Amino acid sequence: MSLADRNVLSGALLGLGVAAFVDEVVFHQLLHWHHFYDRSTPAAGLVSDGLFHAFSWFATVASLFLFADLRRRAAVDPARWWGGLLTGAGGFQLYDGTIQHKILQLHQIRYGVNVTPYDWAWNIAAVLLIAAGVVLLVRARRAA
Amino acid sequence: MTAPRIACLAAGLATAAAAVTGPLAGAAHHDFTAHMTGHLLLGMIAPLLLVLAAPVTMVLRALPVGAARRLTRFLNSRPVRMVTHPVPAAALNAGGLWLLYTTGLHHAIGSHPAVHFHVLASGYLFTAAVIGVDPAPHRPGHPVRAAALIGFLAAHAVLAKHLYGHPPPGVPMDEARAGAELMYYGGDLADLVLIVVFCHQWYRAAGARWRLPAELRTAGTTAERHNGW
Repeated sequence: MSLADRNVLSGALLGLGVAAFVDEVVFHQLLHWHHFYDRSTPAAGLVSDGLFHAFSWFATVASLFLFADLRRRAAVDPARWWGGLLTGAGGFQLYDGTIQHKILQLHQIRYGVNVTPYDWAWNIAAVLLIAAGVVLLVRARRAA
Repeated sequence: MTAPRIACLAAGLATAAAAVTGPLAGAAHHDFTAHMTGHLLLGMIAPLLLVLAAPVTMVLRALPVGAARRLTRFLNSRPVRMVTHPVPAAALNAGGLWLLYTTGLHHAIGSHPAVHFHVLASGYLFTAAVIGVDPAPHRPGHPVRAAALIGFLAAHAVLAKHLYGHPPPGVPMDEARAGAELMYYGGDLADLVLIVVFCHQWYRAAGARWRLPAELRTAGTTAERHNGW
């Protein structure tokens, strides 16, 4: 894997990890909007949740060690790294907002309210993050 | 044997002892949260400390040459190599936990010494397979070990959430919920240490390869040579 790709990978892993971490801290712990376990959650939803939880936890730490490795080689490329980070964060957010919340019915964003505007805000934010990340990555590739 | 390794060994043994004897073990008989605290100590924290103590290295140095050779031959035998490979080791560890908590096993023999031994031993095998510092010539490269680690963490998290909704036989609902949340978040904390140690080992290995001149960069396992990881 080239050093340029490692910048994208490090950013994308951290983006995924940060998005999952924010989801856990803000929506589960602080706002208590999300539920730890929704009794109607099907098995596939739990497995997807567990895999993403484990992967994002690993990704957060691994991305920082990858970044440290790039730094000691003086190979940090900020545009690619940020492009990867925004794409990774948006990618997780979109997966969480469409597949996990809607198709696998893991849990909803908020209970006791009309969830539709929350779903739109959630997924539009995700698409904007991905778009910003892809623009950065395309520009970095053209500049090279 | 260095001082940090002795400290790890002592701390590992003390952690395992605290999980199976004394006030915590007493409370674990009737309180699922106390039981889960003991499970995290015995199955995750104690193995981590014991693995970092590099006990096999210590034993090999202490044994006479002949016995050390026989032990090495045993450790390199096919069955031992199989259970110390990260993927079977992860499956053994996670599978044991699923069996214990989703069947009547926990209720029937949860505090039997054999169960304690299995939890500690399978935790040790898995931890050694992923972040072992003892020499292991057949240890796979970092990508395989990372995949096994993530797979086990996922199985642990899924089991915790499953127990939240489906208490093991004999455990009241509110106790099961408190215990399940402890298993999930306490497991995360133990996992974080495991992940940091794993990544730090990769960082050091990658640094050692990177500093070598190109023609000498053949150290590490086949998978690492192939992928540059």
